Amino acid sequence: MAFEIPKTAYSGKIKEITLGKGDKAVKVGGETAYPFYLFEGEMPNLPKIAMEVYDCPPEEWAAAALEPFAGVTDDPVAWAQKCIKDYGAEMICLQLLSTDPNGLDRPAAEAAQVVKKVADAIDVPLIVWGTANHDKDTEVLRAAAELCQDKRLILGPVEEADHKKIGAAAIGYKHTVVASSPIDINLAKQLNILLGNLGVPDDRLAMDPTVSSIGYGIEYCYSVMERMRMAALTQQDTKLQFPIICNIAKETWKTKEAKISEKDDPKMGNARKRGILLEAMSATVLLLAGADVLIMRHPEAIKLAREMIADLTAK
Amino acid sequence: MPLTGIEIFKLLPKTNCGDCGVPTCLAFAMNLAAGKAELSKCPHVSEEAKAKLSEASAPPILPVTIGAGDKPLKVGGDTVMFRHEKRFENPPGIAILISDKMADAEVTARLKKARDLSYERVGLTLSSNLVALKAESGDAARFAALATKAKGSDANIILMSDKADMLAAGLKACADKKPLLYTATKDNADAVAALAKENGCPVVAKADGLEALAALTEKLAAAGLKNIVLDAGSRTVRQALQDQIVIRSAALNKKFRPLGYPTIVFPAEMTDNPMKEALIAAMFVAKYAGIIVLSDFQGEVLFPLLVARLNIYTDPQRPLATTQGIYEINNPTENSPLMVTSNFSLTYFIVSGEIENSKVPSYLYVKDTEGLSVMTSWAAGKFSADIIAPAILKSGIGDKIKHRKLIIPGYIAAESGGLEEEMSGWEIMVGPREAAHLTPYLKAWKPN
Repeated sequence: MAFEIPKTAYSGKIKEITLGKGDKAVKVGGETAYPFYLFEGEMPNLPKIAMEVYDCPPEEWAAAALEPFAGVTDDPVAWAQKCIKDYGAEMICLQLLSTDPNGLDRPAAEAAQVVKKVADAIDVPLIVWGTANHDKDTEVLRAAAELCQDKRLILGPVEEADHKKIGAAAIGYKHTVVASSPIDINLAKQLNILLGNLGVPDDRLAMDPTVSSIGYGIEYCYSVMERMRMAALTQQDTKLQFPIICNIAKETWKTKEAKISEKDDPKMGNARKRGILLEAMSATVLLLAGADVLIMRHPEAIKLAREMIADLTAK
Repeated sequence: MPLTGIEIFKLLPKTNCGDCGVPTCLAFAMNLAAGKAELSKCPHVSEEAKAKLSEASAPPILPVTIGAGDKPLKVGGDTVMFRHEKRFENPPGIAILISDKMADAEVTARLKKARDLSYERVGLTLSSNLVALKAESGDAARFAALATKAKGSDANIILMSDKADMLAAGLKACADKKPLLYTATKDNADAVAALAKENGCPVVAKADGLEALAALTEKLAAAGLKNIVLDAGSRTVRQALQDQIVIRSAALNKKFRPLGYPTIVFPAEMTDNPMKEALIAAMFVAKYAGIIVLSDFQGEVLFPLLVARLNIYTDPQRPLATTQGIYEINNPTENSPLMVTSNFSLTYFIVSGEIENSKVPSYLYVKDTEGLSVMTSWAAGKFSADIIAPAILKSGIGDKIKHRKLIIPGYIAAESGGLEEEMSGWEIMVGPREAAHLTPYLKAWKPN
């Protein structure tokens, strides 16, 4: 029997956006088919991985996650440089953990100075991530946007409650916005519309669907991302045709399964490899659902995810 | 792909006799299409129509059962490309490879891993499903001995050889386990098909490329076999993903029967790195594999993979729930805080995980809210004071703690008044809205 490969009827395309500036700027998006369905369409820009840097020394991290950054965890500039130099990071994501009002509550002006120092020290695109506290993120991200006005930062999470003020600062100082919504395709679309109405240009908008790791609800974001791609590519939903950023590292490494020692639970196997695999496997699942940028932590997990991307797109 | 009501109607007698119990043939056809009626209710339907209808009503991807006895494995039977469209039906079977060239101790160790590496989660036991026995020694007696040994374990069996006589030798040792025969090819199809038929075993069809594969399954189907599993032969990640997608799409969207079977994949033949192998296996969990054969089982690989499989195969319309009851975290004492939350499994995992991270010894009471989250169950009236209070009072927690303080999620702060009325002598404390903020809250908490 003659066999013809069935093909999906696509009618849309993911918008291509440029993150950062200069020689090390990266392009993401531009897909014309479902993720890695290369027999049906194109993926002109491979998914990119941003490496996490924290603005204060991490507490309670698994030993496996700390070990690659020994000696630099109290200095975000040195940490970022190590990620680029030693681990080949194409992007950095600065997690502004110290600004959390429930934690260290570092003032916005101080946090913005740290952002500036890191931004000045690196040439790859810089994602700046707040703590999802609307009032504090508004202060912090606005201050960072102003202080780093020529840096083309990528600012997130920008949620419905704080989108006006952070969005306005991003427009004014020419940064990219990461529109963050709680695992819901309709809320994601609505926020994109609101940001568009505010004046955020299409080529400076990415989406964060709110992700979680294997064992903690990854199936929810997986299906929301699949539905986003379906709407964007087959139903001409232009308000969902934006690249997707997945902040997956901290969701993975905070779980008890990524931390528990082999001694305490022998059936769980080697703790270091398990942590790396939980991160890399969560990343793989999200790549298949449509991630354009993954925010990741462990260099070995990143290496594995990169190899998967290469294999999935091998000529 | 099932027929529409109109398509079915055309095959019916169109006499509107009413013998089937509904007044018109059209109404009966609609019921058939909706799965609400059986064709046998119509006494007048022609044999030809019966044949057509039963063929059309067969699932587009046939379910295949491997093994016999207590825990046979059912794979295939899927009806959608995307899990949100309905759900993924039968989770892929996970197999460990065992070669007949391996030393006895290694074989024993691998059988033990297949049996022992299981994990409790949300009241379910996650475990692997199969052992794949590979004939590499060239010695039929040795392969048969391996099959005999594996038969003693409770795992389902795959017999692997492209030689029919070798498969026959293995099969002789374990035929009553109804093992999956891997593999029929264009060169041995007749002999392997005969073996499968004689022993009532499922069989893998392996060919290079989908066209050749379809030709082979048609041959096997013509020989009377229905329990077929597909191996498209691709061993690069990109091509293997494409084959998985195309096979499912052809079966579901094009009603292409020769590829309407579950698949088998071999991540170990695509990489030498066990970590990478795990990621490729995860890709196959998300993208449509029926059976995934791994080179070995290590806890750090198997656990994430089994949980990923559980997640992807969760029914999107039926959230997983945790059992109602008292959960002791970090070895609590009579002076430890008591919290209450809903029994949506994600809520439970996140809350209990944050409590563990806080290192504060605590009691968590999980209330059965029919698997709904805190906000949703509260909005639905399933997590209100009059429901929470009696459950806590009857739980026996009062005997475990000296204080009478209950911490409720910040999102149901409105229930605190009602709870204080229903639970006299108790102090109701409103905790944080987000589990992520539990640590400072618990660290500051005092029993008096």
